[in-house]
Parts: sequence; structure tokens; C-alpha cells
Amino acid sequence: METEDAVLRAEHITKSYDSRCILKDVSLHLNAGELVCLLGVSGAGKTTLFHALSGLETPEEGRVLLSGEDITGRPGKISYMLQRDLLLPHKKVLDNAALPLVIAGKSKREARAEAAPYFAPFGLSGTEDKYPAQLSGGMRQRAALLRTFLGSKGVVLLDEPFSALDALTKRELHRWYMGMMDQLHLTTLFITHDIDEAILLSDRIYILAGHPGTIAAELTILPPRPRDLSFGLQPEFLDYKRQILSRLEQ
Amino acid sequence: MKKSQSITSKLPALAALAVVAAIWCGASEGGFVPAFMLPSPLDVVQALISDAPVLAANAAVTLQEAFWGLGIGIAVAVALATLMHRVRWLYRALYPILVITQTIPTIALAPLLVLWMGFGMAPKITLVALTTFFPIAVSLLEGYASTDRAAADLLRAMGASRRQIFLHLEFPAALSFFFSGLRVSVSYAVVGAVISEWLGGFEGLGVYMTRVNKAYAFDKMFAVIIVIVVISLLLMLLVTALRRLVMPWEAYEKIERND
Repeated sequence: METEDAVLRAEHITKSYDSRCILKDVSLHLNAGELVCLLGVSGAGKTTLFHALSGLETPEEGRVLLSGEDITGRPGKISYMLQRDLLLPHKKVLDNAALPLVIAGKSKREARAEAAPYFAPFGLSGTEDKYPAQLSGGMRQRAALLRTFLGSKGVVLLDEPFSALDALTKRELHRWYMGMMDQLHLTTLFITHDIDEAILLSDRIYILAGHPGTIAAELTILPPRPRDLSFGLQPEFLDYKRQILSRLEQ
Repeated sequence: MKKSQSITSKLPALAALAVVAAIWCGASEGGFVPAFMLPSPLDVVQALISDAPVLAANAAVTLQEAFWGLGIGIAVAVALATLMHRVRWLYRALYPILVITQTIPTIALAPLLVLWMGFGMAPKITLVALTTFFPIAVSLLEGYASTDRAAADLLRAMGASRRQIFLHLEFPAALSFFFSGLRVSVSYAVVGAVISEWLGGFEGLGVYMTRVNKAYAFDKMFAVIIVIVVISLLLMLLVTALRRLVMPWEAYEKIERND
């Protein structure tokens, strides 16, 4: 399963807060183009792990490698979408999307010009000059995903990207995101607590469980993507679900 | 539709104002209160009209003092609050002093300023700057501190420097706090200028006020008060208009919340 060309690799990450150990010896990897899910009950340290991967926090032990380069504790290397869309209310949608480019040192004009062509494929045409407060929840999420994509060099971390959406919008965004990911050659690691979502979308699933959190299991979901959304009604799907539930409840 | 709504929401206030004016009018016109104690509103309006040129000339002076004082107050408040926000030990050192200075009564400070700076505009401007500075500085500090931590994390994850986080997140987020502070400061500015004029000066609404007061011309006194109230209200309106201009996104946020 693990190939030599893993784009992102976390090795033996251990992290504590106030002498309470949150993560212990967590290792995982992402191969190019994969969509991998990190599944776990709340409090298992999923977000802490993402903070460590993104460089926001430096783990006590272990390191993070991006295409072989050590990026432990160095933010700005991997694009990270936090739990809420966090669009800045005072910036127009176009400027919100282009923000990572501006942060990276591009001029506002350059950044806008670079971001604008992606509005159509992201289903955001016509929202460029609106403020985030004028968009629906699904639109805001797309805008946040576009911002995440524009800030990335191929790898994105998404913390519960679809959890705040209603069921129908969620389904629509799932389908759209899977298509988009292949088109843009993205490698994605995403957090969810929705087991169905994890099985439907992922190539592989890591289950993070326990106190402190460790990788309790790694599952490869077959058949390979792209999968029809009717996969959710197949017996294989239920098998995976049963496996995951038993792991989570241990 | 929004406009008509805002008019209906202001109706009770207008009605209450009309009732107060009617009672006042009845009390003085009906002879229940002697005219030298409480002039009738009609006399006040008459004084307002006949004194208009004098009032306008004095108001111009007071407004100038308020304007320069407020300008200095804003500049110092923004600079100091921003510095205190960026340098933590400076915040801990200066914040208590900032609060203590606010307990010093303006009225006690004014004669001292006149003593140090003379009877010109300088002590008035200084006093206005001192009184307007505080609400803005405190609001801004609060605004900076209220920045969404997750949004700051997001920017840090993008590799943003502290300066970039300030520019793209903290400062714009503090703007609404700034304008709330400015709204308070603007009314302080006019009142501050008037008070400092009471205690020495040659022109301005405060000087005019003491003059008519000594002459027991209470109708004129009320006329000045009305001028001060109207100026303060207009300046507050100006701040609201400026806020809409600088923060156009706020309009949409309010619509969303009302849904």
C-alpha cells in the first residue's frame, strides 16, 4: 500500500498539551492523488494532528515530510482548511479566495487575476464581488475550498469540510469535490466524524482512537474511486461500516 | 421597505419628544413657570433666529477646536492602541495608567491647561484630544483582542507574518469597535470644547454661553444648548455615514442576522 513516492508523510508524531498526551506515535502517509480520511470520535486528537501536520504546532516527537522535505513546525507549506469556512467578512469573495496568494507575497492585482479563472469551475461565477455574508452555506464552503486549493502546492488538509451543510448540499458537494480533486490533481487528507461520508469518499481511512490518540486501524476502500454514490447501498459498504464501528467502539 | 421601517421605528421617540415640548410650552406659556426661570420654547426659537449669525460664528470656533482635538485624539489612540496590542509588556504597563487618567475630571483639568497654554485654542484642543482619545483607544484594544483565533490560525497556516495577520485580520476586525468608540468620542469632542471655553477664552459657544448666562438671557442660553445638541447629533450621523462607507460589508451581515 505504502509507496515510495508518498507526498506527505508523518512519522511518529507525539504531542501533548499541559502535560496531557493527546497524540502518541502517530504515523501516516498520503500518496499522490489520494483522498484519505481521518476518522475518529471527538477528542481523539484529529484537529491536533492537523495542527501538527500544517506546522501550526510543533510536536514533541516525530516529524512531517512533504515530498521528502522536513516541514515540521513550518507553516505555509501545506494548505489547511479549518473547521469553519473562516471567510473574512470584510473581504470580497474574490479577495478571500486570493488571500493565500497575497500572503505569499503577490500583489493584490496579480492574486485576483490568478484566482478569477477558478470561479467558474468551482461553481462560484458571479460571486466575485460579493461579501461572504451574501453567500449560502454551500457557496461559502466552495469559496473556502477554492481558497484552500489556491494556497496549496498539491496537498490539502480539510477539517470536517462538509459537516456544517444540510444532507442534500453535502451530497452535491461530495460529488463535485471528487471530480474537482482529480481534475486539479489534489491529494487530500480530511477529517470527518461521519462514517458514511468517510467510506463513500475515501481511498483509505485511518481510524484515530484512544486516549492518547493512536492510529487504531488503516482500511483501504474498494472498489477504487471514482465510485458511484449508489455504493452507499451495497453490502460491501455495510461491511466497511461494521468494521469501522467495531474499531471505534473498542 | 427598509426605509419605511426605520421611520416607523423612530415614531415613538419623535412622539415622546413632541409631548415633552408640548408640556414645556404649556408650562411657560400658561404662566405656571416664570419666564426668567424657564423661557418658552417660542422665545428660544426666536433667540435662535435672531442670534443665528453670532451663534454660527461661535459654533465655527468650537467646531474647529473639536475637529483638531478629535483628530489628534484619534491619531494618538490608533497609534498607542496598536502599539500596545503588538507589544504585550507595553500593554501591561500602560493600561492601568490609561484607566486612571479617565478618572481625572475634565473640569478640573481645564483651568490647568489654560494656565499652561494661555487663552488661545491650544488648551481647548488639548482637552478635546484628552477626552476623545480614551474611548477610541479602549474600543480598539478590545477590538484587536476579540479577533477570531481560528481565523488567525488560518492565516498562520498560510505562512502569514504578524504584520500580515494584523493587516488582513486584526485591523479590519477592530474597525467596528473603532467606529463605536468614535461615536462616543465625537459627542465628547463638542462638549469638551465647550467646557474648556467656559474657563477662559475669547470666542466659541462656551464663551457665548457664559456671557448670556451672566446676562440672565435664558432664552439665548437654551438656544446655545440646542445648537450644541444639533451639532453633536449631526457629527454622530456623520460617523454612522462614514462607517457605512468604510465597512460596506456590515450592511449584509445585518440582513443575514435578521432572517
